[in-house]
This record gives sequence, structure tokens and C-alpha cells, in this order.
Amino acid sequence: MNSVHSRLSLYLLFTPFLLWLALLIIIPHIFMFLVSISVKTGVREYVTGLGNYMVFFTEPLYWNTFARTAFMSISATFLTLLIGFPVAYYIAKLTRGRTKTTLFLMCLIPFWVSELVRTFGWMILLRETGIFSSFLQYIGLASEPIEFLYNDAAIMVGLVYTSMLFMVVPLVTTLDSLDDSLIEAGYDLGGNGITVLREIIIPHAMPGIVSGCIVVFMLSLGNYLTPILLGGKDSLWFTGLIYDQFITRFNWELGSAFGFLLLILSSTIVWAGLKLSGQSLTDTVGR
Amino acid sequence: MIRTLPQSNTFKWTYRAYVTLFFVYLALPLTVVCLMAFNNSVFPSLPWEGFTWAWFFGDEDPFIGVFNDRSILRSIGTSMFVAFWVSLLSIAVGTTNAFLFVRHDFKFKEFFYILMLLPLIIPGIILGISILVFSNAVANNLENATGMWFDGLRPGLPLVILGQFSFIATFATLVISARLEKFDRSLEEAALNLGATRLGAIRQITMPFLFPAIAGAGVVAILMSFENFNTTLMLVGSDAPLTINMFDRLKLGSTPVLNAVSLLLIVVSALLGLVSLLFQKRDKSS
Repeated sequence: MNSVHSRLSLYLLFTPFLLWLALLIIIPHIFMFLVSISVKTGVREYVTGLGNYMVFFTEPLYWNTFARTAFMSISATFLTLLIGFPVAYYIAKLTRGRTKTTLFLMCLIPFWVSELVRTFGWMILLRETGIFSSFLQYIGLASEPIEFLYNDAAIMVGLVYTSMLFMVVPLVTTLDSLDDSLIEAGYDLGGNGITVLREIIIPHAMPGIVSGCIVVFMLSLGNYLTPILLGGKDSLWFTGLIYDQFITRFNWELGSAFGFLLLILSSTIVWAGLKLSGQSLTDTVGR
Repeated sequence: MIRTLPQSNTFKWTYRAYVTLFFVYLALPLTVVCLMAFNNSVFPSLPWEGFTWAWFFGDEDPFIGVFNDRSILRSIGTSMFVAFWVSLLSIAVGTTNAFLFVRHDFKFKEFFYILMLLPLIIPGIILGISILVFSNAVANNLENATGMWFDGLRPGLPLVILGQFSFIATFATLVISARLEKFDRSLEEAALNLGATRLGAIRQITMPFLFPAIAGAGVVAILMSFENFNTTLMLVGSDAPLTINMFDRLKLGSTPVLNAVSLLLIVVSALLGLVSLLFQKRDKSS
């Protein structure tokens, strides 16, 4: 009786799970793959082939943008880690009680706000008639308006800003679990700040570093708003190309191929990051 | 570098200055967005032309405030509609998923668990285009076969809801599972011993215990749905949710009415965020 019951409830619970996953994730991706390997030969005529992928590899604009997106996402990830680590360490180790909670909350709040609003804020700050430019003129460091917007540095600022939370939160969590006495022991045994950092703190924080980096990289790679709004005419981003193919040019076959390439790149990096650090996906994103 | 160890003053102050600078960096964009909402100028930029409420309540061209801007009000309504359904669907599937993974053992459970996490690592824009391609293929086939129209499968709000739900369901599952794992099964067994049916025990004992997590997941789902851009962008039809509407205006260059909307968004999301934290706190304390 009991096992029949549990069988039944297993099936009942499995149905919504399977419907959700199959209809919204798995089958759509299979379809996207199928569309990406169909090459248009005439009006409503298609043959199966890798033509769309060939277009990607033979057109420098496309693979240059792909490489650029990957490279800038990696740089943004490192910058976020570099900027975020000291702050996470400060929150985890040098504050406590109410201050700690407040600082941690202050890190969270900007990210409850829409990414669009955050990017809009940077536009107001950086543009020619913006706050920075006006301020520099006011204090006399510049004689005429300066355009900070529409270049790669602006994209970088936006990407780092948008991803910061996803780096700081896992870092604070792992650093919090590091026992102070281990750091003391490191000093007692004759270590200085740098050796303690290298031998004790960083190895301990590794899980947090890896999960932070993975999430930040994925978010940067898949970002659309920041590069489009903060970048200039030449600052292409791969998601922008996908959007163009789908919505502007209505070339879904090529767009799907691009989508698949982006998915492969993103999954490869996630997989490599997990392999290198010996962690599982469940520990990293399934918190 | 811990509190108990002495550090040189220079180091301590440099470190503090750095952390302060970091928080200035975090707060700066949001602060200027909010301040510019009160600037009496048709551009959201300096110079400061004086304080005004016009971008909230104004009704004279070009000073049309949020509360008199039809297209913005309509898109807020659209976003609320989408968020409501996304949150409802995510809570429902999140709860059944939680029971599935916490209470049951089955073949390939690990594998299915990883599948459940997949939506988190797929870029939003790709979730969007894959659902677009699939629903379009289904619609074409159905229309060829039946001769009827299937508008629900063309870009539009139903697809936006499904697209957002596809990944928000994973977050809901994680939040609700975490709570269900902490549940003491003996409470349910006690109810069964006292003559409750299985469903009765779940309804009267387990669900009240899960409630903070379910409500928290619902709030997070609403927040994520309201803010979602990438997936929505690929699936949107003629009714634009708020983020899409704002994006279109931002590209064209707009009056500070956008700042006013942003200010309202910041206030509402901060409040919702705090509500979800409160639910999590209750989660931990009990």
C-alpha cells in the first residue's frame, strides 16, 4: 500500500518537472540545433548542412566579435574578482555584528534594481553632458565636455558593476567559514601578509572564487544591455549579433547557429572551471 | 589581517578608504538616476535647473510625468500581469520539484537534478531564441494541419511568461527545497499516527512550515520577472513590459520621466527585496 502510494506521488511530482524541462528547455534547444543545421537554398527550401557554421568561420566580423566577447568577458571576470575580493574579505573578516549585516545588505541592494536602471545610471554619469564630464570642467581639469561613453572601457565599467554581487556574495560566504585561528597560526609560524594570503586565505576561498567567476563570466557573455547601451558603434557583442540575425534580418538559421556557438562557449568555460577546481555544478550554482 | 591582529595605521586607513570608495561606486549610478528625476530640465543631465515634481505628476508637454504617461502606465500593468503568472507557475512547479527531489529516490536522480539546474547556466537570450524557434515550429505545423491560428505561440505575452518561467522555476525550486530539507519528518508521521491522511498531513503540517519559503520564492520570482530583459526581448510581441519600453525610450534619448520610473522601481524593488529577506530570516529562525 505504502509503496503504491509513493509510486503514485512520484509520478504526480515527476509530471510537472518533466513537462517544464522538456517543453521549455530540452526540446526548444534541440529545435534550435536543427534550425542551425538547415541551410536555406531557396524560398522555403532547406538542406541539412553546416553552412551556417561555415558562414561564421569565414566571415571575420563574426568570429572576431565572438573572440572579442569572450576576451572581454574574461577580463571583466578578473577585474570583478580583483575589485571584489578585498571588499568581501573586509566584510567577512574585519567587521562583525550589525556593521557586517549592513555592509552585506548594501552590497545586495543595487542588484535588486533592474539592470536597465543601473546601466541608465552609468549613461548619466559617463556621457558627454554627464556628471563626470561636468565635474571635470567645473574643477578645471577639462576645458570642454569629454565623452566617456561609447567605448570598451565604458562597457567594462558596466559589466563589472552589474556582476559585482555574484562575486562578492560567494566570496563573503566562503571567507566567513575560514577560522580566524588558522590565519593567526599562519602569522605565528612566521608568515607575512602575502604568504598568509597565498597559502591560507586564497586556497580556502577557492570554491567561492570559482563559483563567483563562473557566474560572472556567464552573465557577461550573455549580457545584451550593457554592451549595447554603453558601447559605441564598433563595440560589437555576440548577443547583439544574435539579436540582429533574429529580429532585424530574420535569418533564424544563422541566428540559431550563433546561439549554439555561444551556448557551447559558455558551457565549455563552466565545465572547465568546474573541472579545474574539482567542484560539481550542484555545489556551485545549486546553493 | 584579522581583527585581533595589530595592523599599521596606514594599512588600516588605506583599506578603509578602498572599501568606502567601493560603496561609493556601488551607490553612485543609482543616486544620480534618482536625483535627476527631480531636475527641471527636459534632459536627464546637468546643469541642474531646479527642483521639480513634474516628472512624476506633470501633464503639460514636454513635462509629462509618470502618472500621466499612458504608455509607461500600460507597460507597468503588462509587467505586473507577466510577473503574476510567472510567480504563480514558478511557485507551483518549484514546490512539486522540491518534494520530488527531497522526498523521493529514483533512477538517475543526480542526472535529473543537474538538468533542473541547467536553466541557470544557459544565457537568457538563448533561452529566449530556443523557445521562439520551438513555438514557431509548433505553431506553423498546427496551422498547416488545422487551418486555425495559434497566436499564443507567436511572440507575445504568453511566450514571455513561459520564457521567464523556464528559468525562474529553478530558483523557486532551490529556495523551497532548502526549506523542505530542514523539515522534521517525524512531525508528519505524528499527524499520520493521529489519523490524518497523507494529503491532510502535508496540507496541515508541511505546507505551513514551507510557507515562508514559498512566499519568499514568490517575491523573488516577481522581482526577477519584473527586471528580466534578455529572455523577454526575444519573445516580446506588441505589448511591451516595462523594461522593454524603457529600453526603447533609452535608445532614442528621453526626458527625465525615465528617471522617475527608475526611482519608483528602485524603491519598490528595495522593499520587495527586504520582504524576501524577512521571509528568509523567518526561515532560519524557525
